[in-house]
Amino acid sequence: MSLDKEQVQHIAMLARLRLADDAFDETVDKLSRIVDFVDQLSQADTADVVPMAHTLNESQRLRPDAVTETNQRDDVQGKNAPSVADGLYLVPKVIE
Amino acid sequence: MAELHTLTLTEIAAGLDAGEFRSIDVTDALLARIEGQGESLNAFVTVTADAARAAAQRADDARAAGDAGLLCGLPIVHKDIFCTRDVLTTCGSRMLENFVSPYDATVVERLADAGAVVLGKTNMDEFAMGSSNETSYFGPVKNPWGAEYSPGGSSGGSSSAVAARLAPAATGTDTGGSIRQPAALTGTVGIKPTYGRVSRYGMIAFASSLDQAGVITRSAADAALLLQVMAGFDQRDSTSIDRPVPAYTEHLGDSLQGLRVGIVRQHFDEGLEEQTGKAVRESLAVLEAQGAILSEVDLPHLDLSVPTYYVVAPAECSSNLSRFDGVRFGHRADGAEDLLDLYCRSRGEGFGAEVQRRIMTGTYVLSAGYYDAYYLKAQQVRQLIADDFKKAFEQVDVIAGPTTPTPAFKLGDKTDDPITMYLNDIYTIGANLAGLPGMSTPCGMVDSLPVGLHLVGPHFGEQALLTTAHQYQQQTDWHLACPEDWR
Repeated sequence: MSLDKEQVQHIAMLARLRLADDAFDETVDKLSRIVDFVDQLSQADTADVVPMAHTLNESQRLRPDAVTETNQRDDVQGKNAPSVADGLYLVPKVIE
Repeated sequence: MAELHTLTLTEIAAGLDAGEFRSIDVTDALLARIEGQGESLNAFVTVTADAARAAAQRADDARAAGDAGLLCGLPIVHKDIFCTRDVLTTCGSRMLENFVSPYDATVVERLADAGAVVLGKTNMDEFAMGSSNETSYFGPVKNPWGAEYSPGGSSGGSSSAVAARLAPAATGTDTGGSIRQPAALTGTVGIKPTYGRVSRYGMIAFASSLDQAGVITRSAADAALLLQVMAGFDQRDSTSIDRPVPAYTEHLGDSLQGLRVGIVRQHFDEGLEEQTGKAVRESLAVLEAQGAILSEVDLPHLDLSVPTYYVVAPAECSSNLSRFDGVRFGHRADGAEDLLDLYCRSRGEGFGAEVQRRIMTGTYVLSAGYYDAYYLKAQQVRQLIADDFKKAFEQVDVIAGPTTPTPAFKLGDKTDDPITMYLNDIYTIGANLAGLPGMSTPCGMVDSLPVGLHLVGPHFGEQALLTTAHQYQQQTDWHLACPEDWR
């Protein structure tokens, strides 16, 4: 097993995922198999190879810094936000 | 006259032009099929019957007024990864079970502007992560060629719907083969254009450097027709390429005389099921008889394409999917103790097992101490893979081979081992890593299941793929084969 339980717990925390208890062992097993599988990349000779940044070697396009969107806050929040008040998103208390 | 549900887009357009029937007639016929016999396939997440009928009426009125766009009154369906204003866009996930997009994706907008009638949104692997449609929160889609078989994935609802004659055409997305593999496994035609050819705006992101929108149809001519409308520059996608769109449909009749077709030896190694290989070789002989010149080309890093993909794609997915936090939209867990707990619970409940695995794989390969060994290394190997293709395309115009190693597999067959499932995309993934256009067209049957011929072209080489597939379809009738229960 290339990953142990502790490592998987750590990765899950970094990814902000609360894993279901009954699926935890399976996750450790399958993640280990994936990591073992991608480990074969280490055999490739990549000396002096520049890592790919873009498949077409394009650079990032820029646009004029002009306002193009109108305010749609009420529409956007009204349709999908789980909890809002006065145009603000509500979350559990952060600071005691 | 043929029954309306059996017609291709091109045939429907001709019938509408000739006044043989109206768009509302075709729309009603297909909706009755989707809501009747079609239900058993689980190919749809949402059916937009009322909106479709209204759009068909508008199209019929526009046509009567002499104001018909290129796709006026032609019925299509969208993969549920494309944002559609005021209609559910679930991406096959519990996370977005109730998500109603405030805007249309560019693809959706362009097709609607050209007059297309949208019948509904198709089922898919959750966040397009899967090759069998089994990771969908809404349950697996069935293959019309046999209900125990997978229709492929992630655009499995799209491929199943088109194969079952529930719709003549569907949009799809392809990050590692998600259009071409389901097309091959259902006997339909699928094309993934060059990276940047079609706008990704409003297409829910999985792996942004690999994702590309395309179509699943029943003929190369229909694929050309839709691509004509979908392709082209979009200010709202920062990786959209500003380059003119060729008149794809006008060059379908070009001869294959002198077309240089490359065959990759490794594509025919032991990983390929024997009968599938035989069907593909026979299709290559058809191209040769039409004047194509076959020669061998080498892609020495092909074996590393799947492991490269399973570093790059999860890395990008872990970053893209960090937006789902239970705060602004999407699933929110009840009973969270604090903000951190809200994030962890909402994401733990909202994402399925495969999506969680990919997020964690991506998190791992990007984490401190592992970035160079995995992510950077993968981007180097990716460059080697792209260089292999570049060299090959100095010698040939098109690379041809199998789309998948086997015909459709049974639902449940590959769910235990993620690697077995991942290897299903071995022939298709290279095109995504190198940003190249790829296409699958039906080329035979093995044990009553369809198999596909895969074509890959150089950047912006869509025309050669469409013309090759169209010319092949003039000599063969595999693309016309219809599952017995869905005639």
